[in-house]
Amino acid sequence: MSLIELVDLGYHVDDTCILKEINLTIDRQEWVTIAGPSGSGKSTLVRIIASLLSKTSGELNFDGDPIELYDPITYRRRVSYSFQQPTLFGNTVQDNLQFPYDIRQMPFDRDRAIRGLEYVGLAAADLAKPVVDLSGGQRQRVALLRNVMIYPEVLILDEVTAGLDEENKAFVWSMIRHFNEDDGLTIIAITHDQAEIAAASRLITLTAGKIDAGGAQ
Amino acid sequence: MNLAVNNQSLMLALGLVLIALAIGWKEKLGIDKDMIIGVIRAVIQLFVVGYLLKSVFKVDNIWLTLTLILIIIFNAGYNAKQRSNGIPDALPISIGAILISTAVTLGVLMLAGAIKFIPAQMIPISGMIASNSMVAIGLCYRNLNAQFRQERQAVLEKLALGADLKDASKDILRDSIKTGMQPTIDGAKTVGIVSLPGMMSGLIFAGVDPVRAIKYQVMVTFMLLSATSIGSVLACYWAYKRFYNDQKQLLI
Ligand SMILES: Nc1ncnc2c1ncn2[C@@H]1O[C@H](COP(=O)(O)OP(=O)(O)OP(=O)(O)O)[C@@H](O)[C@H]1O
Ligand SMILES: [Mg+2]
Repeated sequence: MSLIELVDLGYHVDDTCILKEINLTIDRQEWVTIAGPSGSGKSTLVRIIASLLSKTSGELNFDGDPIELYDPITYRRRVSYSFQQPTLFGNTVQDNLQFPYDIRQMPFDRDRAIRGLEYVGLAAADLAKPVVDLSGGQRQRVALLRNVMIYPEVLILDEVTAGLDEENKAFVWSMIRHFNEDDGLTIIAITHDQAEIAAASRLITLTAGKIDAGGAQ
Repeated sequence: MNLAVNNQSLMLALGLVLIALAIGWKEKLGIDKDMIIGVIRAVIQLFVVGYLLKSVFKVDNIWLTLTLILIIIFNAGYNAKQRSNGIPDALPISIGAILISTAVTLGVLMLAGAIKFIPAQMIPISGMIASNSMVAIGLCYRNLNAQFRQERQAVLEKLALGADLKDASKDILRDSIKTGMQPTIDGAKTVGIVSLPGMMSGLIFAGVDPVRAIKYQVMVTFMLLSATSIGSVLACYWAYKRFYNDQKQLLI
């Protein structure tokens, strides 16, 4: 059984159709790359999958059940979305990494946070660093860490490497590969990066709100 | 009473309004019409209320008193709602918050023996409590609207991480409650130093011993702190959920 199943899914705002006839199934531990021109509806599609928006037609099933049966909060802890232009909140890096624990009333796992920071080229001392002092690339990495402090089952990445230099990109992708291969996370990644598109194991291309024919294998 | 305000002196005091009008006209503030309407309304409303209160005090009926208090609360709630800028259910939320803040505050004051259930005390005090609660709630609404727009991205990020509505809105809630209470707290800090509040001024004006007037004012300060804090907390806690739909998605 597929983990995520979209059947004739559509989304419109007032009279504007943004997504239509989206049919897509994604299996557990699959890595799906989504590409397509700007404004084609990529972010809208994954925000629907992340339950941050609601489809206006069709079906969306997760783990065998329609999304409507899930409590949105519990669902979002299983299907985690990392924003196209993330903002960090609070004052310090720790405020951000601790947030996933706070909302679950769990004690903060400092060791795990430090290991995560080291994995993405930061250090334990950065926990106390004010978020305003981080570089753009560092912010992006901290934002991504925030999504995986407590593992979701599905990690949705909306152009997380856009604007990063090659070194930062490599950090981020090696981390995501580790989540996917070693920890079994399902990955849905939007990208404009030609190299990332060329390396995709499964590529889906959206144009004007529809999946290109032959785009979804 | 060593004070005489008669109709003639009121007419002469109208000259003060002319000064304001002249300034408004000279500086082209475009507020002359507003000001004239404001003055006329104030005079008519106050005279009507004055005569109404006089007869209500004379009748001294518990149901009539309660009805008037409820009317005050409804009006205050309606006014607070006008500041909500479209927050759904703002009217019931405002009325509920003002009702509870007024009831609790009045209840404590009565239990403490500070006031008695007579119209001459209950009605003016309810009015003070309700109007301060109203202003506080209006400020809360304005801040909620501004903050949810300003902090939209942060709220979305928190939701995406699986925060419930309370955790996603916590900073905004805290800030809004504080905003609602701030004028009362500032007022409490400067009372007597920067200004003599209306009630105390009125009492002293009317010839009451300042020390007695101060005791009333201390009570009023406590009472307003309680009313605005209860009103702000309730209104914010009820209103913030209206910024989300039932799928727990942010509506802005
Ligand atoms: N709430 C909305 N109301 C009206 N139009 C919207 C709304 N949300 C999105 N759109 C429109 O839907 C289209 C798809 O937007 P979306 O953000 O999904 O595109 P995208 O493929 O992610 O683009 P990019 O590559 O630039 O990030 C755009 O034309 C956008 O203007
Ligand atoms: Mg996008």
